[in-house]
Amino acid sequence: MLFDHPLPEVIDRAGLDQLVKLLQADGYTVVGPTERDGALVLDELAGGADLPDGIGVETGAGHYRLRERADGAVFNHSAGPQSWKQFVHPPRQRVDAPEPVRRLAFIGVRPCDLAALAILDGVLGAAPYPDDRYLARRDQIFVVAVNCVEPGNTCFCASTGTGPAAEWGYDLVLTEQEGEGGHRFLLGTGSVAGEEILDRLTHRTATGGEIREARRAVDDAAGSMGRSMPETDLRGLLNRARGSEHWEQVANRCLACANCTMVCPTCFCTTVEDATDLEGDNAERWQRWDSCFDPDFSYIHGGAVRKSVGSRYRQWMSHKLSTWHDQFGTSGCVGCGRCIAWCPAGIDITAEAAALAEKERTR
Amino acid sequence: MGKPTLAVWKFTSCDGCQLTLLDCEDELLAIADAVQIKHFPEATRKDLPGPFDVSLVEGSISTPAEAERIKRIREETGTLVAIGACATSGGIQALRNFADLDEFQRIIYPHPEFLHSLEQVAPIAAHVDVDYELRGCPIDKRQLLGLLSALLKGRRPDLPKGAVCNECKQRGVNCLLVEGKEPCLGPITQAGCGAICPSYNRGCYGCFGPSDSAQPEALIPVLSRLGLADPDIVRMLRTYNAAAPKLAAAGDRLEGAHDDA
Amino acid sequence: MIQAMRETARPARAEAMVPAAYTVVDHRRETHDTVTLTLLPGRGTALPRFRPGQFTMLSAEGIGEIPVSISGDPDDQHDGRLVQTIREVGAVSAALCRSEAGSEIGVRGPYGHGWRLASALDGDLLVVAGGIGLAPLRPLIRSALGRREHFGDVTLLAGARSYADLLYPLQLDAWARRRDTAVTVTLDRPDPGWTGRVGLITGPLAETAIVPERTTAYLCGPEIMIKVCADALAARGVPPERIQVSLERNMKCGVGWCGHCQLGPHLLCRSGPVCRWDAVADLLDIEEL
Repeated sequence: MLFDHPLPEVIDRAGLDQLVKLLQADGYTVVGPTERDGALVLDELAGGADLPDGIGVETGAGHYRLRERADGAVFNHSAGPQSWKQFVHPPRQRVDAPEPVRRLAFIGVRPCDLAALAILDGVLGAAPYPDDRYLARRDQIFVVAVNCVEPGNTCFCASTGTGPAAEWGYDLVLTEQEGEGGHRFLLGTGSVAGEEILDRLTHRTATGGEIREARRAVDDAAGSMGRSMPETDLRGLLNRARGSEHWEQVANRCLACANCTMVCPTCFCTTVEDATDLEGDNAERWQRWDSCFDPDFSYIHGGAVRKSVGSRYRQWMSHKLSTWHDQFGTSGCVGCGRCIAWCPAGIDITAEAAALAEKERTR
Repeated sequence: MGKPTLAVWKFTSCDGCQLTLLDCEDELLAIADAVQIKHFPEATRKDLPGPFDVSLVEGSISTPAEAERIKRIREETGTLVAIGACATSGGIQALRNFADLDEFQRIIYPHPEFLHSLEQVAPIAAHVDVDYELRGCPIDKRQLLGLLSALLKGRRPDLPKGAVCNECKQRGVNCLLVEGKEPCLGPITQAGCGAICPSYNRGCYGCFGPSDSAQPEALIPVLSRLGLADPDIVRMLRTYNAAAPKLAAAGDRLEGAHDDA
Repeated sequence: MIQAMRETARPARAEAMVPAAYTVVDHRRETHDTVTLTLLPGRGTALPRFRPGQFTMLSAEGIGEIPVSISGDPDDQHDGRLVQTIREVGAVSAALCRSEAGSEIGVRGPYGHGWRLASALDGDLLVVAGGIGLAPLRPLIRSALGRREHFGDVTLLAGARSYADLLYPLQLDAWARRRDTAVTVTLDRPDPGWTGRVGLITGPLAETAIVPERTTAYLCGPEIMIKVCADALAARGVPPERIQVSLERNMKCGVGWCGHCQLGPHLLCRSGPVCRWDAVADLLDIEEL
C-alpha cells in the first residue's frame, strides 16, 4: 500500500504525460478516462493531454453530469458509464479463433475497480476451467491505480470494504494533490514493472507533509461517501428475502433495461451465438455480454424460468450481494455506484438493501 | 435438391422494408444464389406459385381482402417472418385505431362507400401464426441477413429480446436519459438496430417497438423528470408502433388520467 | 497406458470453449423425437472419461451448442466413445438428431457433478426416471448393475407419456428380466394392449417398499416430478442428503463463465446437474428463482 511504501515519490502533471509516453514507448496502448459526449469514458489516450484535467462529475440516482472543477484535478470523478471490464472481458468476442492480445496500460483505476478486476479474476480466471482469453488479456495489463480522495454521491466502497485506498493489484498507484506546492501526484509502486517505469520518470521524493496530507485525504474520503450499504450481513439478508414482497415493488420501478448489469464492473454473464454466411459456410462462434434481465437468459425448454421483472431484479441483486459468495467466495459488489447513476429509473441498490433490512427488522 | 424458395409480400406499408432487402447490395448476389425468389414486388414482376419455404411479410392487415390474402400465404409458407413495424405492430397507420375511422373517411374521400377497411389495423400475428419477427421502421439490414443466413442453415435466428440499452452500453454510447440530454425510449424498445439514434445523440423513438419485458409505466416518470408533459409522452409512445399493446395501454392510461382530471 | 494417453489428450485450457471433433458412428432412433448417437473422437481429440450423470456440450457447426446427457455405459468407454441421447426440442437438437453415421459434431466436456454411487454402497438403490430423464440415469444403472454384489435392492421406476415415448424399452425389458432388479414402467396415456402400470410415477413410488435408512434415491425427469417424488421420499424417512436429483437450467457454457444456469447459490453446470436434495429442496419451492 502507498503509505507503507518506504519512500513515496512525487511527479507533477507533466510527469503524468511522461508516464503515458513511457508506457506507449514500451508498446502499451494506454487507456484512461477522457471526455466524450458528456461523460468521462474509458478510451485509448493519444497522450496525457486527453486526460480530463479540471473536469468533475455530479452523480446521483439516474443522474450524471459533467462539471467544471475549481482545480485542475485529473482523477477526481466517479461512476463513469464504462468500467475496465470493457477491455478485459469485451462486449463481443469470437471464441473459436485466436485473437491477438494487445498490451494495455490502464491509467486511473480507482480502488473499487481494482477490486472489480480481482473479482473478475476469481470468476473467469479460476480453475478448473479458466477463461484463457481473459487471462491472456489480463496478464498483459499494466495498472496505474489512483487512491480515491473524492468519492461521488453514488459511491459506497467504504461500506463494501473495497476502497477508498488501493491495497494491491497495481503496478503504480497515484494519490492526486492540488493546492499549495502545485498539482502533483504521490506515486508508489506495486510491482517490479512499476519500479522500472518509476526509475525512468522525472520524480522527487515526497515530503513528510505530502505523505500526511495524502493519508488524511484518503481517510477523509472513507468518511465522505455519498452512500453506504446497510451494516448488516447482506449475504444472509438477501438469502432470507427470496420470498419478500419487496421484489414486486422494485419491479414497478424497474425498466428491465439491463443497464445496471452492463455498467457493473463485475457482471460477467455472456451468451454465445453461432453465425454463418449466406452460403452456409464459414461458421463462427461469438460470445457477447448477456444480462439476467433479458427474458431469454433463463430460457429452458418450455419457457423462461424468470418471467417476471421482479424475479430478475431479485436474481441480480441476490447474486451480487449473496450467492456470489457461494459461487466465488466474495461479494460481487465493489461499491462503485455505477448501477445507481446509470439506472435511468434511479433504482439504488443501497436503498433497496436498506429497505429489505428494514422490512426484516420490523416484521 | 432445389434451392429454398423465398417470397416477399406486401400488405399495407410503404415498401421501405422490402427496400432494405434490395439495399443489401454486397449480398444480393449471394441471396439470389442461395434461394429461388418466387415473389418480390419491389424487385421483379415474376410471380411464381407456392409453396414457399420462407415468406417475408411486410405491412399491416388493414382491409378484409388483406385478411384473406395473408391466410392463403400462411397456408403455402413454411417459415413466415413478419418484417417491419407495420407487420409486427400495425405501423404508423394503426394510429387510426385511436380515432374515428368513419370520420376520417368522410373528411378525406369523396366516396367513402368505395372503401373497404377493417375496423382495426392489425399486425400479421393478429391474423395468422408468425414464426419470427424482424422489428423496425425500417428493418435492420444486418438482422435481415442474419435471419436469412440462419434460416438457410437451419439455425434459430439471433434476435435479442432485450432493450436498446444493451446495445448502447456494449457500443460505449452514453445514456441520453441519465445525462439529461434527450427523451429516449431505448429502455423499453427492443434491441436490434445497433442503437443508431442514441449513437448520434438522438433519443430512441422506439421504431423497433416494445421489448419483450418493456415496462413503459416505469419510463413515464423518467420522461416526466426530463420535463415532458403527459401529452408529449403520449405522442412519444404513439408513433410507429402505436398499437403495440404495451405502448397503447400506457398511452391510454396517461390520457385517461387527464380525462378524469 | 491407454488411460495415460487419454489424460495427455485433454484439450489445453485455452480451448475450453472450442469443441473437439467427434464422428457419429451409430445413430439410433429411440422415439419419434429422441435419438441416441454413439460418437468416437478424432485423432488426439479424446476428452476425459465421463462419470454417470455428467453432460457434454454438443455442437452442430454453424447452428449452435446445447448440453446433452451422457447415456452410455461408463464401463465401456473404449476408444473414447461417448453415447448420448438427444431429444429434439429446438434447432440445435434437431440438427444433432439428423446427424447420420459418418457426420462430425463438436463435443466439449464432460462437465458437472454426476451421481454419487459410492455413498450408496451396501445399501438399496431406488432410481426414478421421468421421460428423457432416464437417459442420464442409464449410466448410473449400468454402473450399479456392473457391481451388483455391492448393493442391496435395486429398483427402477420409469414413467413416460405413452409407449411410443418410452426410452430404451428393450433395455428396460432386459433389466426387468433380471432377478436382482425390480423394474416398473408406468404410462400416462397407455396404448391398447398395455398391461403395465398407468398413471403418474408417484403411484408406483408410493407402493414401492423401501427401507428408508438404507435407501439412496436417484431422480431425474421434469422438475415437478422430481419435487413431488423427492418430497414423498423425504416424508417416508429417506434422508434428504441421500436423495440425489438431476436439475436442468439454461447451461450455455458448461464451465461456469456464462452465469445462465444459476439456481440460487448454485451454478448448476459446476455444482450440478446432480444435487443433493437437502441443497436444493428449499430453492425449488421459490417461484422463478
